[in-house]
Amino acid sequence: MTIRFRLNGAELQFDGATDMPLLWYLRDYAGLTGTKFGCGIAACGACTVHVDGGALRSCVLPMQALAGKDIRTIEDLGANGLHAVQRAWIQEDVPQCGYCQSGQIMAAADLLTRIPQPTDSDIATITNICRCGTYPRIRKAIHRAAAILKEESTA
Amino acid sequence: MNELSRRSFLKVSATALGGLLLDVNFGGRAAAFADRGQGPWVFVRIDPGQPIVIGARTAEIGQGVKTSLPMLIAEELDVAWEQVRVEQLPYGLIAADNELGLDGKYGAQGAGGSTSIPDSFIELRQVGAKLRRVLMDAAAERWQIPRENLLTDRGRVLHPDGRTLPYADLAARAMELPLAKEDVPLKASSEFRVIGKATRVADCEEIVTGKTAFGIDARLDNALVALIARCPYFEGDIESLDDSAALAVPGVRKVIRIPAPDPVKGLINHLAAGVAVVADDTWAAKKGRDALKIAWSPGPWSKDSSAALEQKALQALDNTGDSARRDGDFAAARSSASRVLEADYHMPFLAHCTMEPQNALLDLREDRALLIASMQSPGGASRMINSMTGIDRLKIDIRMPRSGGGFGRRLENDFVAEAVHVAKALKAPVRLIWTREDDMQNDWYRPSGVHRLSATLDAQNALTGWSHRAAASDRRFRLPERADSPSWLGCLDPDAFPAGCVDNFAAEFIPLEFGLPRGWWRGPLPSFTAFAIQSFIDEVAVASAQDPLAFRLKLLGQSREMPYSEHGGPTIHTGRLANVLTRAATEIGYGEKPLPQGHGIGLAMHFVFGGYAAHAMQVSVENGRPVVHRCVCALDVGQVVNPLGVEAQIMGATIDGLSTALNLQITVKDGRVEQDNFSNYPLLRMAEAPDVEVHILRTDFAPSGAGEMGIPTVAPALANAIYAATGKRIRRLPIADQLKA
Repeated sequence: MTIRFRLNGAELQFDGATDMPLLWYLRDYAGLTGTKFGCGIAACGACTVHVDGGALRSCVLPMQALAGKDIRTIEDLGANGLHAVQRAWIQEDVPQCGYCQSGQIMAAADLLTRIPQPTDSDIATITNICRCGTYPRIRKAIHRAAAILKEESTA
Repeated sequence: MNELSRRSFLKVSATALGGLLLDVNFGGRAAAFADRGQGPWVFVRIDPGQPIVIGARTAEIGQGVKTSLPMLIAEELDVAWEQVRVEQLPYGLIAADNELGLDGKYGAQGAGGSTSIPDSFIELRQVGAKLRRVLMDAAAERWQIPRENLLTDRGRVLHPDGRTLPYADLAARAMELPLAKEDVPLKASSEFRVIGKATRVADCEEIVTGKTAFGIDARLDNALVALIARCPYFEGDIESLDDSAALAVPGVRKVIRIPAPDPVKGLINHLAAGVAVVADDTWAAKKGRDALKIAWSPGPWSKDSSAALEQKALQALDNTGDSARRDGDFAAARSSASRVLEADYHMPFLAHCTMEPQNALLDLREDRALLIASMQSPGGASRMINSMTGIDRLKIDIRMPRSGGGFGRRLENDFVAEAVHVAKALKAPVRLIWTREDDMQNDWYRPSGVHRLSATLDAQNALTGWSHRAAASDRRFRLPERADSPSWLGCLDPDAFPAGCVDNFAAEFIPLEFGLPRGWWRGPLPSFTAFAIQSFIDEVAVASAQDPLAFRLKLLGQSREMPYSEHGGPTIHTGRLANVLTRAATEIGYGEKPLPQGHGIGLAMHFVFGGYAAHAMQVSVENGRPVVHRCVCALDVGQVVNPLGVEAQIMGATIDGLSTALNLQITVKDGRVEQDNFSNYPLLRMAEAPDVEVHILRTDFAPSGAGEMGIPTVAPALANAIYAATGKRIRRLPIADQLKA
């Protein structure tokens, strides 16, 4: 079975195991290692990508569910200049080990699409795990990214 | 997809999709540093028109040394941080005329014990200072004036007449000139322009764009993926194996048996017997592993449990243990005391749970090897490959990518040993990956045990005696190389406060045999002893109607240094401990104004590996769960290299401490670990993570590290705050549902 989809703007097809989670396709075949493996059960969010514009956990997303879908990974988020979330992450010096941050950033970018000016409670709906405990700086960075986006939209 | 088309697909797609094809070969980029033998030039590369490249020598596991160590070199080299690009150095060995025949090319490269900064603070500044001097020598020669007449500023040498030469124009000649053999003068701290300045993570942009290659992201074109099914029973083995269904999974290439660790030699290599499934990709390896039919023999521990260990510990505490310290006569103090207080504190096993599961990419040849893995102990990995293959250590090329966390897990190299077993049988490069379940069930766990604390008070409520006795799983068990060291090392902190502050003091340890391997978990010793000590000091204060802050300060007494034999010594400074405690209490407004109904403030302080930390927390309990309203940490780590990095470490360690105190435990039943993923080992998430107010005391003491300082005082400060808020004393971790009605 051939599955056709769009990945970071490129039209692609896949003929391999249809039950393969998107995560392993990205990491083992697409050369996109920015999306991370953390748990394999959609609990930690290290593998978060955007599918048709919304955040999903790719470790439990089989390739067969992706026919006709538009997938975007961390590598593409800042392809045309860093995304506001990425800039805010740098300014707030968020990463420690850095491993979960691709997923955190994809989740934050998705949150800001849905809720442009999130409260702390809105931010607390992000359930991605950071083992280093960077949550306080993530919270600051999301508020900062919201401010950047607001300023850019009114500029 | 066949092998050829898979490869070509990989190449096409990687560029088309904005990805990074990580093509690592023997030799490679790091070789540019390599032909310089040993000495300062191995750390720095200066090329015209390029940023000044400074090599980071120590494994980066999230503790920030990839930024802070190059800062030390940049400071004395006298370059602006903006002129610098940081590159991770590989593990380096060179031939030497000594007993081993080997010497470290870059010095200490492992990450553990919060030692990178204290070990490097002078050494790496000397690197920068010697290079600055030889660059000045090159300029002096060019200009024909004495070096003493020259100055430097931001990567340039300055002539008294106003002319300047950039380092890049001088580097080629400078590399031919002799370097100073003896130490050269270093800057006074008042002259620092890089050290002490808030500096962001050096490779932050690569991280946030997904370009950073962690160990698990390393690739070799022809490497196959391996997953291992490990025996779930400690010291169990493979009884029977049917791999026919596994081999029928498309993409599965080979099934390889991993032998059980030698029971006589112990856990010198890997943790468990297992069966490796090698495949074209991770998913095929996973499906192949799931299809294995294995009967395990359960081994000698199949009836044991962590609950039974706890009972064993409680019984053992009625007996005498191995003495770690004895001042005065605690028994006499006890018999003459007006009051004796006693409490038991229970600690669970903990898993490290690095966000990036263990992995290793290994290309093993007849006479050489290439290893790329996330690790904390590259020297240990080098020795392990050498001992298992006989390959000359100088021919073992080890790369240390950024690690997705360490926390002590990666001090062990069991995953490297497994990769060697697989690669030997496969005769091809292997990319070993652990799943989360593998990681949680095959760890070197933080030890579980019971700590029994006793205190004696006289008629005036003065503390006359203190006894700290612990029974816990033996750190020497299945590790015969540790057999000759005292049982209590790393298990009991005999010189921790209040040792030296009370006349009659006793510390004893009782080692217990238990099948679960135990290892070093962030702040290995203080992270659990502080919970017992700083909770009990609170209990004693409350029981004797004394203020917990004033009681601690009174005991600390006059500011002085006392001997400290464990890691972080040789001394402990009571004044520095009092200062961090006072600062934390002041910042949170301790005792100043009435708190909201149901709120309480808890304090704790501890000496951690050369640094001093105190936490103060304001807490209430809502629906049986502690809610942290304010969380303050005051810290004295001596001179601070990167305040932004130190703040990050303390924030993170505080969250780590809350996560473990609130929720986390590994339990054992029928000889196997019960937890297997984040669903039953629930790390703290954003919703429960408070902001952490970090106050770094600026002192001129020699620097300690900071990676582990923020964790030990979290659990006791939280527990003391819960007591202050509710009157309920937490003596067992994790808190979990203990406060639920």
